[in-house]
Amino acid sequence: MPSYVIGDKCDGCKALDKTACQHICPNDLMVLNKETMKAFNQDPHMCWECYSCVKICPTQAIEVRGYADFIPLGASVTAMRSSEDIMWTLQFRSKEIKPKRFKFPIRRGVAEGKAQPFDHYPTGDDDLKSPTLMCEPEGLNTERGPVKMDQVPTL
Amino acid sequence: MADFETVTVETDLLICGGGMAACGAAVEAAYWAKKHGLKVTVVDKAAMDRSGAVAMGLSAINQYVDLNSGNNTLKDYLDYVRNDLMGITREDLVGSIARHVDSTVHLFEKWGLPIWKDKEGNYVHEGRWQLMINGESYKVIVAEAAKNALAEADGEYFERVFITHPLIDGDKCVGAIGFSVRENKVYVFKAKATMVAMGGAVHVFKPRSTGEGFGRSWYPPFNSGASAFFTIYGGAEMTCQEVRFIPVRFKDAYGPVGAWFLLFKSIATNAEGGNYMQDNAAELDKWEPYGKVKPRPANIRNWLMMLDVMEGKAPIYMQTADAIKRIADEAPDEKAAKKKLKELEAEAWEDFLDMTISQAILWAATNVEPEKKPSEIMACDPYFIGSHSGASGAWVSGPEDLQTDETKNEYFWGYPHMTTVSGMFAAGDASGASSHKFSSGSHAEGRIAAKAAISYIVDNNISANVDQGMIDELTAEILKPLETFEAHSGETTDPDINPNYIRPTQFMYRLQKIMDEYAGGVSAQFKTSDKLLEKGMELLAFLKEDADKLAAKNLHELMRCWENVHRMYQADAHVRSIHFREETRWPGYYFRSDKPSMDNNNWLAFCNCKYDKDTGDWEMMKKPVKYISQ
Ligand SMILES: Cc1cc2nc3c(=O)[nH]c(=O)nc-3n(C[C@H](O)[C@H](O)[C@H](O)COP(=O)(O)OP(=O)(O)OC[C@H]3O[C@@H](n4cnc5c(N)ncnc54)[C@H](O)[C@@H]3O)c2cc1C
Ligand code: SF4
Ligand code: SF4
Repeated sequence: MPSYVIGDKCDGCKALDKTACQHICPNDLMVLNKETMKAFNQDPHMCWECYSCVKICPTQAIEVRGYADFIPLGASVTAMRSSEDIMWTLQFRSKEIKPKRFKFPIRRGVAEGKAQPFDHYPTGDDDLKSPTLMCEPEGLNTERGPVKMDQVPTL
Repeated sequence: MADFETVTVETDLLICGGGMAACGAAVEAAYWAKKHGLKVTVVDKAAMDRSGAVAMGLSAINQYVDLNSGNNTLKDYLDYVRNDLMGITREDLVGSIARHVDSTVHLFEKWGLPIWKDKEGNYVHEGRWQLMINGESYKVIVAEAAKNALAEADGEYFERVFITHPLIDGDKCVGAIGFSVRENKVYVFKAKATMVAMGGAVHVFKPRSTGEGFGRSWYPPFNSGASAFFTIYGGAEMTCQEVRFIPVRFKDAYGPVGAWFLLFKSIATNAEGGNYMQDNAAELDKWEPYGKVKPRPANIRNWLMMLDVMEGKAPIYMQTADAIKRIADEAPDEKAAKKKLKELEAEAWEDFLDMTISQAILWAATNVEPEKKPSEIMACDPYFIGSHSGASGAWVSGPEDLQTDETKNEYFWGYPHMTTVSGMFAAGDASGASSHKFSSGSHAEGRIAAKAAISYIVDNNISANVDQGMIDELTAEILKPLETFEAHSGETTDPDINPNYIRPTQFMYRLQKIMDEYAGGVSAQFKTSDKLLEKGMELLAFLKEDADKLAAKNLHELMRCWENVHRMYQADAHVRSIHFREETRWPGYYFRSDKPSMDNNNWLAFCNCKYDKDTGDWEMMKKPVKYISQ
């Protein structure tokens, strides 16, 4: 099955009423077995292999085994996501090929939870009928570009 | 049956969906709502941090017009989109989005999205309109700004509430109804204006993989036609329902090819090494003038490739090794070449890891080292995605200041991006004829439509009039699959097989088989004809009747039932629209073998349609294409 749960690692999110994997799956696939208190993917053939559950699991209990109907066995792609970056490890089917590791940033300059939505630029007018959106026209420009727009452009 | 509680939420603006367009709408609406003392409510069937098409992340922002640089004008963008869609586009809408998208992208950066920069501090372009990003958390960041905006304006959001139907009062939309996927609750949202932003539709057609990989569609399986159903059922005029999108991607896992084609300048060839774009160039004459523009329209590129596939010249390969070698050869010395290769390698893998992790698994499992051997590419299956290179969606008003004397009466009716139903707005995949907005343009369109919706509410500040009889009827209809299952499942030893009902998975397979075989799916090589479509309509009519017998074991399955009803309406609109347009215009998306060529004299026009939920009748309409740029 695409995303799968390692029984020994899953602690059912410590019996909280909302498990992390169930909370996040965009296709509503992860559920908790109330008897064993372990999570499982209830409909693997609807799984997008999006890794949202993998990235959020607090005990790293979820991994992905590529779709068996077209992906040969033996490879793995694992993710470790922190609040600033993500680390990927790729193992090939052939052990002759060196595993690859990549680390990519996931945010820049703004701490998690702190994205301030408004007021990055002044808003030109308060008229609900004008085409000026919040932070426009100034937000249409950058410091670098030579074209300075002082209103929302038309053709 | 278990008791269901009805929760009623009264609000001013209701935003249905929590994806890119909805998050843009939430931010902008909250800003204006705060000034006018109005309430904004967002409702998403999943968790906004990872809902919709950007759940996994993305590796590029595909629409950045960069007006500020002086390199591009709005007209350049209109030319590009018009040609890519073979002339069928609403320039007033494309222009409306294009003139705002840059400010949306600048806000993304302020919210913490890492956009690649070169040494001078300029954004790194993947192509003329595309920017490279470290986009693993793209959706998390955009959702965070939306939630923070709602918090500042005393708005609220509901997650895991699935919207099934619009609430209609005469010719006006007055909210939406749905149910919780977690608790026995029906939600009734009464609103003065409603935004539809529930994405596109996938799994209307049969995907190529039918085993475990069934869910590996290029566009996500959780985009299940809710926007299309909501607008169709609400009586909104729909447009471009025939314009599906079929992307060409790495075979089977559908990993992105953009970085390879645009950034690494790779070419694709057939099995014998022939370059189908050159070898099949004579075919371009047939699709003039669009066949000859550069870049070639996406569907035409598909078509030239498919011609080779149909001639038996597959596999088709992305020549990754050649591209990498060429780039390395351009380096001044071996050390520089090595460094460059290492960079390229990380970029190539990040492209997959950011938005199609399955492709990384597939390459690792088949020992692909792109510098050593080429990789297969292939056309995926058909998707409904008005935000990308498809165009299906609701017919919405353009902004007044972008109309000409010619277009004003056709394309403008008061509030930008409002559908033909009063108080019902649409953005992203939900609105049609404004292709090539992608993630950033969908967000920008959500913002434009949200400001217009707030303006509509200020002008029409009257409480939603919601008929209780309608709520009772809809509630019974929504919950019926649970009742059906409970009433009959005990009668047979296998609850899957029971003459009294059909479960949602089999219902979906039936829909997909009809579409695949009659409406030009994968197994029909995307070909269909009037006669095939007519037969398909007959079979769809049976399916529609059987929708009344859908059965659900639990809330999850109840959601699956309604997703498939939503898909079925998208399918119906699609089949009727292909049938109505008596020509072939996008040969790489679908081919009508009884009308094998493009007919600009009669069909340089929109094909629109409208559904009447009381009679079940469809009205098909031709609407003029009028450009604002020429
Ligand atoms: C693999 C892939 C690669 C892509 N590459 C790029 C790229 O490189 N650059 C780029 O700019 N764009 C790219 N795109 C396109 C981009 O993701 C879309 O254009 C954009 O997300 C569309 O926005 P939307 O708001 O219309 O839909 P979505 O973002 O999909 O949002 C739909 C929302 O509706 C919700 N919903 C659905 N049904 C219901 C219901 N019944 N009730 C309540 N809520 C519901 C969903 O949960 C979700 O929140 C890519 C997409 C994919 C899948
Ligand atoms: S998130 Fe992890 S630990 Fe929590 S229930 Fe899911 S698999 Fe188990
Ligand atoms: S990989 Fe994605 S679709 Fe599959 S179960 Fe996990 S979160 Fe859901």
